[in-house]
Amino acid sequence: MTAARGVSGEPMSESVLEASDPDLDSEHMLINIGPQHPATHGVLRLICELDGETVLKVTPDIGFLHTSFEKLGEYRTWNQIVPLTDRIDYLAPLMYNCVYVMAVEKLMGLEVTERCKVVRVLCMEMDRIFSHLLWLGTTAIDVGAFTPFLYAFQERERIYKLHESFTGARITTSATRVGGMMADLPDGWTDSLRDFVKTFPKTLNEIDSLLTTNGIHLGRTLDVGVISGEDAINCGFTGPNLRASGVDYDLRKDKPYYDSETYDFDVPIGENGDCYDRYLVRMEEMRQSLRILEQALERLPDGPINVADPRVSLPSKTDCMNDMESMIHHFKLITEGISVPAGDCYFAVEGSKGELGMYLVSDGGEKPVRWRIRPPSFVNLSVIHKLAEGHLVSDLIMINASLDIVLGEIDR
Amino acid sequence: MTEGGASAFEGVERGPQTSLEPAHKEGEGSTGGPGHPSVSALQEKFGSAVLRTEVQAGDQHVVFAETPRNCEILQWLRDDPAQRYDLLADLTAVDYGGGRPLQVVYQLWSMTHKRALRVKCEVDLDDLVIESVVRLWETANWLEREVYDLFGIDFEGHPDLRRILMPQNYEEGHPLRKDFPLRGRFSRAEQTKRALSQDYRNDYSVVEIALGGTPALRPMDPDELPADPEEAS
Repeated sequence: MTAARGVSGEPMSESVLEASDPDLDSEHMLINIGPQHPATHGVLRLICELDGETVLKVTPDIGFLHTSFEKLGEYRTWNQIVPLTDRIDYLAPLMYNCVYVMAVEKLMGLEVTERCKVVRVLCMEMDRIFSHLLWLGTTAIDVGAFTPFLYAFQERERIYKLHESFTGARITTSATRVGGMMADLPDGWTDSLRDFVKTFPKTLNEIDSLLTTNGIHLGRTLDVGVISGEDAINCGFTGPNLRASGVDYDLRKDKPYYDSETYDFDVPIGENGDCYDRYLVRMEEMRQSLRILEQALERLPDGPINVADPRVSLPSKTDCMNDMESMIHHFKLITEGISVPAGDCYFAVEGSKGELGMYLVSDGGEKPVRWRIRPPSFVNLSVIHKLAEGHLVSDLIMINASLDIVLGEIDR
Repeated sequence: MTEGGASAFEGVERGPQTSLEPAHKEGEGSTGGPGHPSVSALQEKFGSAVLRTEVQAGDQHVVFAETPRNCEILQWLRDDPAQRYDLLADLTAVDYGGGRPLQVVYQLWSMTHKRALRVKCEVDLDDLVIESVVRLWETANWLEREVYDLFGIDFEGHPDLRRILMPQNYEEGHPLRKDFPLRGRFSRAEQTKRALSQDYRNDYSVVEIALGGTPALRPMDPDELPADPEEAS
């Protein structure tokens, strides 16, 4: 084994080496965390070089869940890709459904109906809370707090039920179609959501009181995994991780979509860029999402949910059965799929984990030439070595949790 | 599957087929939309190194840059006070198929000016090399590794260019290329044969081997095993 090295990789000074007990073996240890380990939040493998309990080097090994969604997409028509999108990030499936079709619509120059816009805003903000709750529960468990996990999962269950009553599925929602949604909201759905918006803050405040000033939680998160705003931008951090470092960048404000600039909400910004700030930013984001949900429920207009554009919309069943043109139109849309004009388009929304982008390339055909997902977790995870090196192994677990990763999207 | 038969999984055995029209038609997409300050500034500063420009999807500006000068142009875009594209939002590649050059795509965002710009560089299939931008943006580290893994583009000057999503010893090529069939280049039988005859050393990653050396084969000899502590006591 090589000579003992300090955290920065420089050889340790003589005095440090002499001070240690000569009888103790000072070899560095190589350990694997994962791929099957609850603290890695998925099938992630972290290869760590340790000196005692200090992490000298951490290298993530990913790809265990690689499904090649992007390649599969090249064999599918534009609408057939929707079911692939919710499997990428199974913690916020509706958000991925929405951003994909939004990118296709952008490429087609298609404007969806007002009702559809508000329904999609509802879906995306609901899933932001959905995803943050999972992060909150699992992160709390990583630092030894079990109760928030149970509270968070009880609330997630209510969102699961909302998913199920809207789309018929709890995780694999596939709720969107190019030009609209799979179906309109069922009766009473908005009431259930309103009820959630009204009662959820109570649970959130309870979790808040359990963690925010909790000495153990503070000790585990304050000044752990610090990254400056400038470094965070250079490393490609986006979303809550970037805002915790004090950079005001939220796509809902900076690149507005679906009238997001007209909703009244604040973007929480951290100061120190440590695990605690990342925690605070996400807690506040859930409250802001509730505000957006309230306003969106308020302004949810009546009217059709699907756009009346013959390029993408199916004629009604009655028309299909009664006139030949509608029958042919229906048949062609179903068998051939919609065609998207040639060109390329990058469209991003503020995902729960960061900038969630879709880059689409079309040659004018029924299938994309290239479907690229800009993966926020992938980019965020790539910097873990910068945050964790020099900290203890237990801090590495906390840092990994505070990045809020989802392996389905990292490996794609 | 018959050749030319319309099937939901057409091209599974051949790789996805795209139309053989040129990716870029003269004059197409270059009209409409207000001008982009960075595009004109780039043309002024770099002249012929800016090969052509496009407007896509209504308002998205695309600049095709000369491949050998990609770093120089991107660095200027990042550092010039009037540009300040400090966030490399995404880096990826596109294969249009039919032997056309691969495109490396940089999605830039300026925090200061709240502007987006897409820069593209083309690399020929017989010379898949482009300079790495890791020294400009650390984000590019994993993103370039992913492009290398899935497209086989060689990023010159990348500190750690190895596969990231596919296994390190994957021998079938680069999956996102258009000539790569959906189920891989090898037959199922060949894939199974290779999987079964893998060297156990393949389970160790490059990082582990670099740290701990190549593991030596140790046969399980019962005499060599340490004595059972309970029996000894």
